[in-house]
Amino acid sequence: MPFDYMTYLREEKLPHMWCPGCGIGIVVKAMIHTFTDLEWDPSDIAIISGIGCTSRAPGYMDMNTLHTTHGRALSFATGIKMHRHDKHVVVIAGDGDMSAIGGNHLIHAARRNININVIVNNNNIYGMTGGQYSPTTPLGAKAATAPYGNLEPSFDLVELVKGAGASFVARGHVGNGRQLNTILKKAFDHKGFSFVEVVSNCHTQFGRRNKMADPMNMISWISDRAKPMKKFEALSDEDKTRCFPVGVIHEDVSRPEYTETYQELIDSLNNGN
Amino acid sequence: MHFEARFSAVGGQGIILAGTILADSAILEGKYAAGSPTYTAQVRGGPTKVDVIVDSEQILFPRTQEINFFLSLATNSYKMFCKGLADNAVVLVDPHLVDVPEGDKEKYQIFEVPVIELTAEHLGRLVYTSAVCLGTMIALTDVVKEETVREALKRRAPRGTEMYNMKALDVGINYVRDILKADVKV
Amino acid sequence: MKESNGEVKFLPGNIVVAEAAVAAGCNFFGGYPITPSSEIAAHMAALLPRRGGHFIQMEDEIAAMGSVIGASLAGAKALTATSGPGFSLKLENLGFGYMVEAPCVIVNVMRGGPSTGLPTHPAQADVMQARWGTHGDHPTIAITPAFHQETYMETIRAFNLSEQLRMPVILLLDEVLGHLSEGVRPPKPGTFEIINRKMTDQPPDKYLPYDTSFGDVPPFVPYFEPGYHWHTTGLNHDETGFPTTNPELVTRDEERLMRKVTGNRDLIDKVEYYMADDADVGIFSFGSTARAAMVAVKHAREQGIKAGLFRPVTLWPFPNKQLKDFAEQLKGIVVAEFNLGQMVYEVERTVQSTIPVIRRTKVGGVPITPAEILESVKEIS
Repeated sequence: MPFDYMTYLREEKLPHMWCPGCGIGIVVKAMIHTFTDLEWDPSDIAIISGIGCTSRAPGYMDMNTLHTTHGRALSFATGIKMHRHDKHVVVIAGDGDMSAIGGNHLIHAARRNININVIVNNNNIYGMTGGQYSPTTPLGAKAATAPYGNLEPSFDLVELVKGAGASFVARGHVGNGRQLNTILKKAFDHKGFSFVEVVSNCHTQFGRRNKMADPMNMISWISDRAKPMKKFEALSDEDKTRCFPVGVIHEDVSRPEYTETYQELIDSLNNGN
Repeated sequence: MHFEARFSAVGGQGIILAGTILADSAILEGKYAAGSPTYTAQVRGGPTKVDVIVDSEQILFPRTQEINFFLSLATNSYKMFCKGLADNAVVLVDPHLVDVPEGDKEKYQIFEVPVIELTAEHLGRLVYTSAVCLGTMIALTDVVKEETVREALKRRAPRGTEMYNMKALDVGINYVRDILKADVKV
Repeated sequence: MKESNGEVKFLPGNIVVAEAAVAAGCNFFGGYPITPSSEIAAHMAALLPRRGGHFIQMEDEIAAMGSVIGASLAGAKALTATSGPGFSLKLENLGFGYMVEAPCVIVNVMRGGPSTGLPTHPAQADVMQARWGTHGDHPTIAITPAFHQETYMETIRAFNLSEQLRMPVILLLDEVLGHLSEGVRPPKPGTFEIINRKMTDQPPDKYLPYDTSFGDVPPFVPYFEPGYHWHTTGLNHDETGFPTTNPELVTRDEERLMRKVTGNRDLIDKVEYYMADDADVGIFSFGSTARAAMVAVKHAREQGIKAGLFRPVTLWPFPNKQLKDFAEQLKGIVVAEFNLGQMVYEVERTVQSTIPVIRRTKVGGVPITPAEILESVKEIS
């Protein structure tokens, strides 16, 4: 029997608005596989996004979907999760949305270790607004607002979020959907804040400006640089700057989850303690 | 009746509590009360004050306009907050802590009560300073009745401190009556 | 005061707001510390978990507003509190709240501005910001109580209006009221009305999140109700909740949002008058400044001037009709507001040039006094 995607998709909203070959579709596909594997009831899931191409994903998904203001998805998600900590709260966003304008919310949600699953589709560019450089645009790469090459050093999102105290941090990429499914399943199953960076392609805005206008060229460029942690560690220093490790980078199951801690407070106050 | 009181000190001397007890007492007597504390100084140890207005009718304008009773436990708080006193206002200071400017002695009715020394001597702990201050206020003013202040203080006082708070009130009242032999009432 | 009421408590205004919010059924607070509103957050942090509710101190003002709307969409009755600089930051997500029709209450304890201004001193200079601060056309309800008893009841009314009309409601206090302690007699539970948002009676396959066939306020379904799965977006949307750029649909929806306020003025409007029946010199004033105006009215009357106060408790929508009616009996009107002239524009627009409008404005952190208002009253009489 073919895999049933429609349980989690709003069929009537298709076709989607993304460019042919866009990496976001691969991310959405992996999410649906994960929901299916974990047997999450769509009514029990809230998926929240900010602004940008990636943030249009919830509109296609048949569950409780909230398309918020630019960068603010995690703040709305935090309110939802606090009020209904018995439900699944997932945030999907792009690199600009999550790490520039939403960067403060990202590090603090990670610090709290609130059980929200964050997926960042990192295509190294602001796509929807026309290809401006983002905090993850590589040094020297061209963008609409970096016509002579990007002068700013970029974020390593995984290290950033790990440093902020996230209890689960992983990285996948759009060149390996099967691996992405495995990573997302572990992330969604994790109790506490989980963060998955998906290295993705925007051939339209990033690729065109950087000699990779064809989506397959760009996905190959990504796949060639993705290395499992052990292989990455064995690389030369020079290769390390070019490549990136993939898989589960950090996992700590010992940290208390925030809404559970808050519930313990409620329980203790109401038991006369 | 309309009565305006200002309690001033440096942070931590309990004068905010004294103001609250005065307001509580007024409300217990069916009067209206409005209290405005200074905001940040009280948590930082700087000069601080609380204004309490008591009125037999609803208080419309909640800020003081002519202060009838001014208590000060520090020279810097005196200087900072002595503006806006009514002519002939009752001013109560701790003489060990406040240097009253010469001109003020003619303008106001100044009473010197060594509040901190009295508290240390009779109660042993300075947390009772506010109750001693309230005692002096009771003896010098007619704004609220002694028994309602006792009642209000009992309601706010932490369990086990009631006896000491009542004693502190007496220390304040007795000093004004027996030592100062003041019979002024505002 | 009513017999059904409880004991008189001597409380600061900020604490009154928190107590009343909980009485109104508030079960979520998302906040960020800012003077002079912080006591509201601190009191909610103590009250809410004792009642099974949730308090969270967010990483910034923007996030606080986001968390409040998120919680509201999940079904919570949510509150946030701030002051000028924080209110400026909250405006983006406040607009989102109007757009997606998320009930919630925002308190702005006004302080001197602009920018950091006078953090510990009062002002009433955010009144136009409350109306027009967030971008785009949007309805606004802003309430300006003047006494703590009124603050208590108006906080409850703010929650009721937000739930009834599915929109954010702004409660404007100022530093005078926030930190002033006075007697308040909280009404006993059951003696006042609590209104909760109307839930849909449609099954999931018939449910439209912005269904207007039941009137201008669409029935609600919180997230996670089995099968409903509605989409919420800050983009202009049609009744399905999905984005649209269809000019007719966008116009219809934006007009409906405005109509939730314009069409419910009976519910929303509230004006208090003081010695106004025979007055021929009017004073327009609101919030803490109106209390000085009441004293000015008394003093004017003692001097034979027939002054009377018009005090909007609901400041937005502006009570044009009521003020126009009142102006008919007046020789002139004084607008006393603790800013450099904001609401005066609305007063002038309302009374046209039929009577003189005298400005009594002030900044600097020291409230307008009764004497200052009386001076302006004398300019008319």
